[in-house]
Amino acid sequence: MNNRGKPVSKKVPLLTELRTKKEVYLMILPFSLFFIVFVVAPVLFSVVMSFTDYNVIQSPGFVGLDNYIDLFLNDSLFLKALQNTFVMAVIVGPVGYMLSFTMAWMLCELPDKLRVIMTVILYGPSLAGNAYVIWTLIFADDSTGFANARLMSMGITDGAILWLHDAKYMMTIILVVQLWMSFGVGFLSFIAGLQGVDRSLQEAGMVDGITNRWQELWYIVLPSMKPVLLFGAIMAITGAFSISGSALTGFPSTGYATHSIVDHLTDYGTTRLEMGYASAIAVVLFVLMVGCNRLIQKVLRKVGT
Amino acid sequence: MIKWFGRIRSTGGFRKAFVRYITKGRSNRSVGGTAFLLLFILAFAIFAVFPVAFMVGNAFKPMRELYRYPPTVLPQNPTGQNFKDLLVYASESLVPFTRYLYNTGVLVILGCLGQILLSAMAAFPLAKSEFRGKKLMSSMVVYALMFSGAVTAVPNYLILTKLGLVDSLWAIILPSFASTLGLYLMQNFMEMLPDSLIEAAKIDGASYFRTLVSIIMPVVKPALMTVFIFTFQGLWGNTGGSVLYTENIKPLSYMLSRIASTGIARQGMASAASLLSFFIPVLIFVVTQSNVMETMATSGMKD
Repeated sequence: MNNRGKPVSKKVPLLTELRTKKEVYLMILPFSLFFIVFVVAPVLFSVVMSFTDYNVIQSPGFVGLDNYIDLFLNDSLFLKALQNTFVMAVIVGPVGYMLSFTMAWMLCELPDKLRVIMTVILYGPSLAGNAYVIWTLIFADDSTGFANARLMSMGITDGAILWLHDAKYMMTIILVVQLWMSFGVGFLSFIAGLQGVDRSLQEAGMVDGITNRWQELWYIVLPSMKPVLLFGAIMAITGAFSISGSALTGFPSTGYATHSIVDHLTDYGTTRLEMGYASAIAVVLFVLMVGCNRLIQKVLRKVGT
Repeated sequence: MIKWFGRIRSTGGFRKAFVRYITKGRSNRSVGGTAFLLLFILAFAIFAVFPVAFMVGNAFKPMRELYRYPPTVLPQNPTGQNFKDLLVYASESLVPFTRYLYNTGVLVILGCLGQILLSAMAAFPLAKSEFRGKKLMSSMVVYALMFSGAVTAVPNYLILTKLGLVDSLWAIILPSFASTLGLYLMQNFMEMLPDSLIEAAKIDGASYFRTLVSIIMPVVKPALMTVFIFTFQGLWGNTGGSVLYTENIKPLSYMLSRIASTGIARQGMASAASLLSFFIPVLIFVVTQSNVMETMATSGMKD
């Protein structure tokens, strides 16, 4: 009880630590139990499996680094997926993140009623669980598709464009749809976070010579909500690296033009049930996200300085 | 409204009054900047709303308009027939409609309450106390968000089987308690709170748990509401997929998605079903967002 808030001293025996901070440990315990059973155990299981040839039916045999070697040296489709995912992540991640924040900040400038309406409109796409279905109707390949019918009846195009099966358009459409869906969890947390910014700080800033909203944003608003910015960044990274092309362009996509790491993973993990190989893909994806997260954290630490 | 008109008269000039209204009367806001912000928001609002409007429109289109060339966004002759068909279909199904609704209710209520309470309990020490293993736990919570669910599905299923939870609603509820998304969000919000708040509670003799429930949780209500929204969304959209087999324990979203994926002949009904499964989360979202606003207005943290 009395030790709360003080730094941990490594010299305290574990039992003493457990006794003196009983309340703290009791609070974490219920969640930790579920976390270990339903998250930590399955993840560890998958990591171990990535060194085997486990296929759900036969008992797994240890293959060392074979899965990883195959991925990078023998699987040209994986390299294609890696490249596609990289393109999607580099565009959707930063653009979506900045859009979400800018929009959340702008909305908080608005009066309350207007703000709620706009928030609902922008978050709407994330609430529509079947978002892809709507877009497949809009970009349907034949002349009944909304985009094709409009373009043809206006005389801009002669025939139907294969939006979702022509490699020329597929990637662009995926990027548009992903940006459309980018006002998600990160966006909501920004809105909630912006409301926690202390108004007295802003008033003090006005006294200290902050003359416009842009200065206020950089010197007051951004620094006081750094934890939420980090949260949003992690959401953006996990979202951007987990984009699946197949939801829109079908699997396999034409010429694998939108084949992403997640598509590759789902193919091996759910269709072929080559769990060993799929686990190796998941581990690579995980390492990519962790690395990217480290990088972003370094950048975000410079905000407001 | 009256207050608003009063303000126009007192400041003179409609344009000025509008800017004052839009910027909530803060003096360091320029007119040009405000106009730019409004245009920017409007452009994205149109982009965001268009496909949704398309979906809403489809649900009210009669059959022949659904296949009209060229297609329209809004129905020319709006009809409620699709919803009537849906109602008839639901009442004819082997398992009564109310059964699905009940299952979803159990799923959503237990899932949301449990997840919010457990994550808040874990988030508080992670944000505001020192203890052994804190660093390890913090990073595990974040990294858990980055491991693909597609590979953990198999081990997860094995664990659920071992625990004898397969084919019961607990197979969805209990794993949701381990979700780290809400926990991590709450942790970040709690980190922004001043330590003095907790010290004051300690001096008043409040226990650790009591401090969380009556001091911390009310202050981070915007975060709690946000967590509630996406927890709700996750549970609402869960169709039970690979863990539920018995028809009468399946949730509403299973029934709706089954209808939505039926053939061309039922396209109208499918659109109505899609709209319905979209409408409830929107309703919940509007209610919670307004609630967030109210707490901010009364807690004295704003303005």
